[in-house]
Amino acid sequence: MSKYLLNKFLYTVDRDPELVERYREDPAGTVSWWEAERANAVLNCYTGEASTWLRFTDEERDALTTHDHVKLFELGSHPFLTLTLFIAMFERDHGPLEYQIAYGRRLQHFDLPYPDIAT
Amino acid sequence: MATVVAVIASTHHPFYYRASTATGEDRPPFADEWVRKITAFRETLTRANPDVLVMVGSDHFHQLWLDNMPQFLIGKAPFYDANWYNEEREFGLPRMLLKGDEDLSAHLLREGLDRDFDLAFSNELRIDHSITCPIITLRPEADLPIVPIYTNIFAPPLPRPKRFVQLGEAIREIVESWPSHLRVAIIGTGHLSLELGGPRQFGPHGPDPEFDRRAVEWIATGDLDGCLSEVTLDSLHAPGNATHGFMDFMLMMGVAGAGAKADYVDSLDLFHTMEAYFTWYPNGAPK
Repeated sequence: MSKYLLNKFLYTVDRDPELVERYREDPAGTVSWWEAERANAVLNCYTGEASTWLRFTDEERDALTTHDHVKLFELGSHPFLTLTLFIAMFERDHGPLEYQIAYGRRLQHFDLPYPDIAT
Repeated sequence: MATVVAVIASTHHPFYYRASTATGEDRPPFADEWVRKITAFRETLTRANPDVLVMVGSDHFHQLWLDNMPQFLIGKAPFYDANWYNEEREFGLPRMLLKGDEDLSAHLLREGLDRDFDLAFSNELRIDHSITCPIITLRPEADLPIVPIYTNIFAPPLPRPKRFVQLGEAIREIVESWPSHLRVAIIGTGHLSLELGGPRQFGPHGPDPEFDRRAVEWIATGDLDGCLSEVTLDSLHAPGNATHGFMDFMLMMGVAGAGAKADYVDSLDLFHTMEAYFTWYPNGAPK
């Protein structure tokens, strides 16, 4: 389990307008590119120092590739990060609050305690 | 020494800016009442005539990230740019620029460290809506220097509720020991019950109205003992998965002091969350 890396994907995509659109239009390609090129970047380094050990599990990669926010919740990704990015990608296709309410409804089968989000 | 002329605690609702400025059919039905309540709340700060604002909030994964996460951080910079691309995108928040008060930042850092709070600091901090929302609601001119204080209510492991209260108590004493003639307001924002990204999000009310009712009572009456006896890191999951933001209210109860009744209390039941507004005047209400 690499909750940190799931969160790092959501975080770095959410803060980049081009990546938000790219992930919306081509999730498989974006996830594959990101894991190869960005997953190991230390975020405040510009000179090539990078980590060497970060990679998704198959389950995590699938969840991101299929835009499966329910699975991401189950895997313990940070709910605020997932929600913010998914609103950015999909709210535009729905009426006011429609997407947010449907998003919550798809999580109805989760009871407390929710999946642990500690990283 | 400096004077604490007001202590203010409130929720921070990023949709207020858009709701309050919307017109025509874009304007939500609750906007007028919300603006009325905010205008009255703003007056409680205006009347205190502050010179400097200490602003307590929590970064929402904007500048502070999991590779380097501080528990408590104080900004020490001459200026703070504010609001982020994803806050513009989702909430329509404007870009802002606020002045800092580096002297008060330095005093809070030095004295805080000497009181065993291992505070992180930042000399270049872009602040987010946890601090700009109360600027927009309480001081929309954005003309006063600030000292931002960030707490971690977001990325576990978190400090316990008691630590937030202790930090609030320390902030009050440290500001009152600042060798300055300036009038300081201490403002902090948090949440009542709140769910984000979970099954209980965006309901017709906050996810746990009973928690909200009790929380408002704890805050309004300064019932720190009652609050601390019931609120734990574990218990805060039950009212909603983002309810750990309530610990910023507990910090502000520490600033106001145990047993301090709020001089001004108001709330507004909205979809998704309850709004709540509190003001204390430690040295008596302004004439």
